[in-house]
Amino acid sequence: MAEIQLNGKKVSIRTNFSVKDLIKKYKFREKRIAIELNGTILPKQHYVKKKLKNNDKVEIVEFIGGG
Amino acid sequence: MIKNNLKIGKHVMKSRLIVGTGKYKNFKQTAEAVKASGADMVTVAVRRVNILDKKKPVLMDFLNPKKIIYLPNTAGCFNSKDALRTLRLAREMGGWKLVKLEVLGDKKTLYPNMIETLKSTEVLVKEGFKVMVYCSDDPIIAKKLEDLGASAIMPLASPIGSGRGIKNKLNLSIIIKNAKVPVIVDAGIGTASDATIAMELGCDGVLINTAIAKAKNPVMMAVSMKHAVIAGRKSFLAGRIKPQIYGSPSSSTKGLI
Repeated sequence: MAEIQLNGKKVSIRTNFSVKDLIKKYKFREKRIAIELNGTILPKQHYVKKKLKNNDKVEIVEFIGGG
Repeated sequence: MIKNNLKIGKHVMKSRLIVGTGKYKNFKQTAEAVKASGADMVTVAVRRVNILDKKKPVLMDFLNPKKIIYLPNTAGCFNSKDALRTLRLAREMGGWKLVKLEVLGDKKTLYPNMIETLKSTEVLVKEGFKVMVYCSDDPIIAKKLEDLGASAIMPLASPIGSGRGIKNKLNLSIIIKNAKVPVIVDAGIGTASDATIAMELGCDGVLINTAIAKAKNPVMMAVSMKHAVIAGRKSFLAGRIKPQIYGSPSSSTKGLI
């Protein structure tokens, strides 16, 4: 098990869990989000390969209504 | 007729009204008002996804980004670092290069922090973004933004969401006269006549959010704003008469009985 920070909340995940696995687990719609891993934007093509480590900080954003 | 369309970066728009998508009762109302406004472009904000309630509807379910241009903004950012972070994420999300930069100076007036805005503009332009910049109505700053490579200049009419209308026509006129890129009056429009006045001054477009979203009937106000912008633009192009001191009769005095 590993513990990560997902949008400011502590979340437990299995070891060897990829970003793609995280997207699946939370049913995020890949085309509608962008991901920052430890302060750096993670391009979509890296979602499958990138494994999450203990204490990783993940930010996932979307577009909402705004002026 | 292409000349009369608004062109920003590579985007050609039929409507000169850009609308914000915040503050509506729900997404259904947002979509109805956007449709009624006839806008080709909407502003959107970037925020964390809700990880607890995954079934919550999202904006894209109601406004298709393939049918309407999404203009990501940096609303809520008070420094260059946060604004840059937000827009880089927006670009990654949608692949859009056209963005709206808005770096606020304080929470009360929501006036832009132009020092941070200028800094951010420079970085974004270097990174290949097409930047539409929310700014104060200072003609010198507006020109500086254009020199830095801004794709559009967006001076405020009055504070964001205040509905106070255009407070400094003279400054806006100078900015419009000096600019070679589109000038969009952003923030402060309260009602249809404000939008018309902005267009009569010769600006290239108007961005409206609160005046529509918070009207008693947002969809009807969206229609009103659509017509107000068209009326103002046509009036500007038609060329108004020169104001006179004295009256001039509309009916000929020749043949008076």
